Amino acid sequence: MAKVRTGIIGIGKMGISHLAILGAHPDVEVVGVCDNSKMMIDAIEKYSSFPCFTDHKKMLDTAKPDAVLVAVPTRFHASMVNDLLDRNIHVFAEKPFVLKPEEGQPLVDKAKQKGLVNQVGYHNKFLGTFREVKKIVESGLLGNIYHFHGQAYGPVVTKPKSDTWRSNPEEGGGCLMDYASHVIDLVNYLLAPVSGARGSQLKSIFSKQVDDAVYSTLVLSNGVSGNLSVNWSDETYRKMTTSITINGTTGKLVSDANELKVFFHSNNTPAGYSKGWNIKYLTDLTPTVDYYLRGEEYSAQLDYFIKAVQGKGPNTLNTFESALQTDKAISFIRQAQ
Amino acid sequence: MDRILFGDNQFFAVNHISDDKSMAQSMKFKEDSAIIRTLDYAIHAGVDTFMCTTHDRIANICEYVRQHPDHYKNFKIYPCMPYAHKYANAMTELGIAGTIKQYVPGNVFGSFFKGGVAFLSKDYLSIMELLIDAEMKMFKGINTPVIFLQNVMTDMLLGMGMKEVLVAFHQYVRKKYNAEAGFITMNMPKLVEFFEDTPVKNPIICASINKVGFRMSGGKEAYEHTLKTKQFRAIAMQVLAGGAVPPKEALEYVCSLPNIESILFGASSKTNIEETVSLIHKFDGVVKP
Repeated sequence: MAKVRTGIIGIGKMGISHLAILGAHPDVEVVGVCDNSKMMIDAIEKYSSFPCFTDHKKMLDTAKPDAVLVAVPTRFHASMVNDLLDRNIHVFAEKPFVLKPEEGQPLVDKAKQKGLVNQVGYHNKFLGTFREVKKIVESGLLGNIYHFHGQAYGPVVTKPKSDTWRSNPEEGGGCLMDYASHVIDLVNYLLAPVSGARGSQLKSIFSKQVDDAVYSTLVLSNGVSGNLSVNWSDETYRKMTTSITINGTTGKLVSDANELKVFFHSNNTPAGYSKGWNIKYLTDLTPTVDYYLRGEEYSAQLDYFIKAVQGKGPNTLNTFESALQTDKAISFIRQAQ
Repeated sequence: MDRILFGDNQFFAVNHISDDKSMAQSMKFKEDSAIIRTLDYAIHAGVDTFMCTTHDRIANICEYVRQHPDHYKNFKIYPCMPYAHKYANAMTELGIAGTIKQYVPGNVFGSFFKGGVAFLSKDYLSIMELLIDAEMKMFKGINTPVIFLQNVMTDMLLGMGMKEVLVAFHQYVRKKYNAEAGFITMNMPKLVEFFEDTPVKNPIICASINKVGFRMSGGKEAYEHTLKTKQFRAIAMQVLAGGAVPPKEALEYVCSLPNIESILFGASSKTNIEETVSLIHKFDGVVKP
């Protein structure tokens, strides 16, 4: 089968990691790399064999990719994704999907109508642990779920610093957009879409213009409610740590990326589990990938995208539609301050 | 290289399995004296090489080692750079250019000689050399016969096909520090192949090698095949697969593989250190090919 001609726009922290994964993927031909930073693009051009561009339209005209990864600041996503869809190109966009939810719906509709593969980079769903949580929740064996607690902590902003786009609320910066979006997306996926928020606290701890911590009560479309607690100024964590606790009438589950702990009230459990506490590790739950960089989930999500483009796999996880639900939840949280 | 190398994950709250355990470790090793005590347990068990990231706190350990030259006469450190999370967290906040600005010594964007010139002329390899020098500062006066590139960097360069940069790391470390370059990777078979047509001969490559195939990208069979058929100096790490394999079984497997020059392990307690060392010696006498 012919390789998927793939381009990438934006060579920041995520872009460069995606580029390395695509570069190592046997079914991908990287036909264009684009960034408006001359410094980055010159480095890629000098030391790799990828065709490089500083203007994305020129890249699309010249390289004619089948699929494009968009890893530019969030405020540019809507117009760029729209251009790509107009050109019948399959799109993988970094998260969050769009800055304003109203920008998202036309893109969801266009991708659907044109039958183009569309995916957003919420990589937690490609972790064996969270996938197992989903299976347990769907088994119904936790009983009636009445509460959840979604958390993420990490040491991104631990002292007052200079400003970049990530510290500008107009451009998609801040802990809510960057960190909390992962937790919200996970809640949407594991339990039900967030339909409202109450009593949100967005706290600036060290940043001048954006939130460094987000605390809120979320209400889901199925009536379940729970708490969101996210803080990227917590230096007691070495790196970003995302976790979820789910309370049900016959069980309780606590999971992060590495470790899944679940308690069942009785012997009525899913296969492979028993009454009382059960612990499962990422090592048992995550399949090996062909090329690893920073976590199996990053390779797995791009492999999923490429397979969908080739028509060899589904395009049901992390669609524009599901990512738009997360963007909507972000605005509910802001409005509930 | 020695047969057994002592690692540092336990000191810096790196636990691939449990975030709770990692926080408990961070409490246990809050004081530098706790790290030094554990290093001494390892030395007492006959392990004289400490392989560690260029974490800020290693500077304090280096200072202690310099102050006690007799006690650490045979002691060697294998630095592994860069300490990735320092840069990754900075990149989320400052972007790539901002991160370089923050960590390259001197003012790269101004007139500081090597940095300024390197930056303006886009001499990226000189910028890399400046970053290596910055990371190596803390090891002055300490025996560092092998200097490693961390897996995030190695694997990123591998994925992008940037041979020249990996070769430049090898050459600079040899020229400036009279040391061998080592490469940590999560993609060992691919990396070994990548080096084949370069001047890097018989490279030192440190990779996850364990009985259950954890973090052995491309599969355990590909790793075993590479060990059997290719010429390189392998270091096995993550031999316990984050705790998924019991120590005895784990070490018996690793000791039975061909071509593994060294085994890297970390442990927090005297008992675990002694047990691991004696198991390796035991299996080396029985199953080593």
